[in-house]
Amino acid sequence: MDQFIEQIVTGLSIGSILLLVALGLSIIYGSMGIINLAHGEFVMLGAYAAWVFHTYLGLGLLASLLPIFLVVATFGWVIERYVLSLLNNRPLDTILATWGVGIMLQQAVRLMVGSELRYVQLPPALSDSMDVFGIPISSYRVFLFVVSITLFGATWVLMNRTTVGMKLRAIIQDRSVAASFGINAKRVYALTFAYGAGLAGLAGALVSPLKSVSPDMGTGYVVDAFMVVVLGGVQSLAGTVASAFILGELSGGIAFLQNDTVAKAIVLLAIVVLIRFRPEGLFTARVRA
Amino acid sequence: MSISRRTLLRNTAALGAFAGAGLPHIWIKNADLAYAAGGEIKVGVLFSLTGTTAIIEESLNKATLLAIEEINAAGGIKGSKIVPIVEDPASDPATFSEKARKLVVGDKCVSVFGSYTSASRKAVLPVFERQNNLYWYPTLYEGRECSKNVIYTGAVPNQQQDEFVPWLVKKFGKKFYLIGSNYIYPKEENNYCKKLLEKLGGEVVAEEYVPLGHSEFSSVINKIRATQPNVIFSTVVGDSVVALHRQYKAAGLDPEKMPMASLTTSENEVAAMGGEAAAGHFTSAPYFMVHKSPENEKFVEAYKKRWGADKVTHFVSEACYFQTYLFKQAVEKLATSDLTPPNIRDAVKGEGMIAPQGKVQIEPDNLHTWLWPKIAQAKSNGQFEILVEAKDWLKPVPYAAYPGQSCTEKGLVEKS
Repeated sequence: MDQFIEQIVTGLSIGSILLLVALGLSIIYGSMGIINLAHGEFVMLGAYAAWVFHTYLGLGLLASLLPIFLVVATFGWVIERYVLSLLNNRPLDTILATWGVGIMLQQAVRLMVGSELRYVQLPPALSDSMDVFGIPISSYRVFLFVVSITLFGATWVLMNRTTVGMKLRAIIQDRSVAASFGINAKRVYALTFAYGAGLAGLAGALVSPLKSVSPDMGTGYVVDAFMVVVLGGVQSLAGTVASAFILGELSGGIAFLQNDTVAKAIVLLAIVVLIRFRPEGLFTARVRA
Repeated sequence: MSISRRTLLRNTAALGAFAGAGLPHIWIKNADLAYAAGGEIKVGVLFSLTGTTAIIEESLNKATLLAIEEINAAGGIKGSKIVPIVEDPASDPATFSEKARKLVVGDKCVSVFGSYTSASRKAVLPVFERQNNLYWYPTLYEGRECSKNVIYTGAVPNQQQDEFVPWLVKKFGKKFYLIGSNYIYPKEENNYCKKLLEKLGGEVVAEEYVPLGHSEFSSVINKIRATQPNVIFSTVVGDSVVALHRQYKAAGLDPEKMPMASLTTSENEVAAMGGEAAAGHFTSAPYFMVHKSPENEKFVEAYKKRWGADKVTHFVSEACYFQTYLFKQAVEKLATSDLTPPNIRDAVKGEGMIAPQGKVQIEPDNLHTWLWPKIAQAKSNGQFEILVEAKDWLKPVPYAAYPGQSCTEKGLVEKS
């Protein structure tokens, strides 16, 4: 029984990391419909920003979260404004463009700071483990869980309770009609993309003390993020949350019973089978023609 | 005048004999000139500068170049300069093979230094065997290979484990949890470890492999908690090492009760995971940066001076460094007109030197290297403390896990 609870808690932790990484993509891909293959590189930039703030400015991880968000969001804004919007956000063109941007970011980081692994310190206050339902678990993992839920909450409010969010939803419904009501679609798109990029950067910074920081770290995360968003259903923030935790529990559980190699294969297979029968994902109720 | 059929035949045969005897001579002469043309000896340097394993291979490239620069600054080899031709195989085995062909056939390098992963070594092997060229491989690896075209200067399983596993059993206990990345190297190392444990009456509580690049170890940690091993025997490689150590630390496990014993964690990985995550765990290798010897002091100082004061040396970069000097010693023994890859291979057999780790020597039988096993514990300052140094150097036995087989000068021999 103890082991069962332990495994559920572990799954929640894995799920919260998946959610953290996928949330930015859920906005960009899910809402704007841009297939952003540079998402993993935004995650990587966030991790490197954490390293730079720590090594050169002596800022701890928690203190540098806001600056990291702003830095990576600015990157995102520039890329949307000067690359994607010039392609009129056409899906096929943006796949190629964001892929290229991703490679350039990777190589730029490699050229500027070298390709060795970098070290980001775990915040000392969170470096212990604590008991949750009698199960010892890393305090930092609990912290990540809380942060990911908070960020999801903030994003939900932003999308559903603010003017910018309403404008964005209007543009998604019908861009030309929204524009005729005086909404500056270009500006809203750029801001949304920047917000999504900033979230990815935060995710990178937050996972870096548990994992490792290298120029090509993003490759793994972008796959995870797309799995979560596709399974959860495009345009469904709540779906993203649910699917992140489903995937977390599933891969954690199979990894415990079998091993991580098998878990990876089974989870991917399950997703392929699922989207064969439910291409819109698990949680999208309405599908527009 | 008519030419009879008989004379024609005879003349043709004579011409054929001339061609057979004469032309190869001309070719060999040309080859000689190519290998040591204009006071230059060209060698290839084939380590990935981009892609996943660039993280570590960059330091191998640097150690090799440092040795070449030192040799050239001291007057080269009998007046000839070593000219390194650096290629970037981008961590991709197919590119390794393509670049190796370019270095050997196109640039006519007399030897190539390269590779970190076994996959990349296996990919270039056919090129060196077909062209009868020579590859210098600095990495510890799984053994079970017997090529006449590779000089192996890293440790094989018996050199890393013969001391290590009995020491661990004695100090911590008999229950081992084997964890590795999912490819050939960890599987062969674990294979050998299980044989040693069998002799010692040890027990394997789990044997598990994670995908390369894997970074989520919480389920593994749960399993470790459930099985309560005495030792976690790790052959996880690359950035996964960093993630495993950090998550072990964050989960509150205690290295004093359940240490990780690794064959792959070097100063390089420790720098990336931070001393606090590495502290208390063990590594077995022939070289550590803190090893005290005049040769090592010189190596570490030169490396930091050339590449930056924050850089670390480790057991693979040390092998890169000394194998370049062994190459120099072998070439010095040869006349310029004899400078060919097979001759270098024959000249390096039995050749030795005082490397930073101690005296090393190439075993004539299998072209692997006699090394000095050491066991060290990581400290929170990012360096290791050497706890056990072998009293004697250890012979390389690449087929240690396969009792019927041994690698000799004639190639792989199966004893019945």
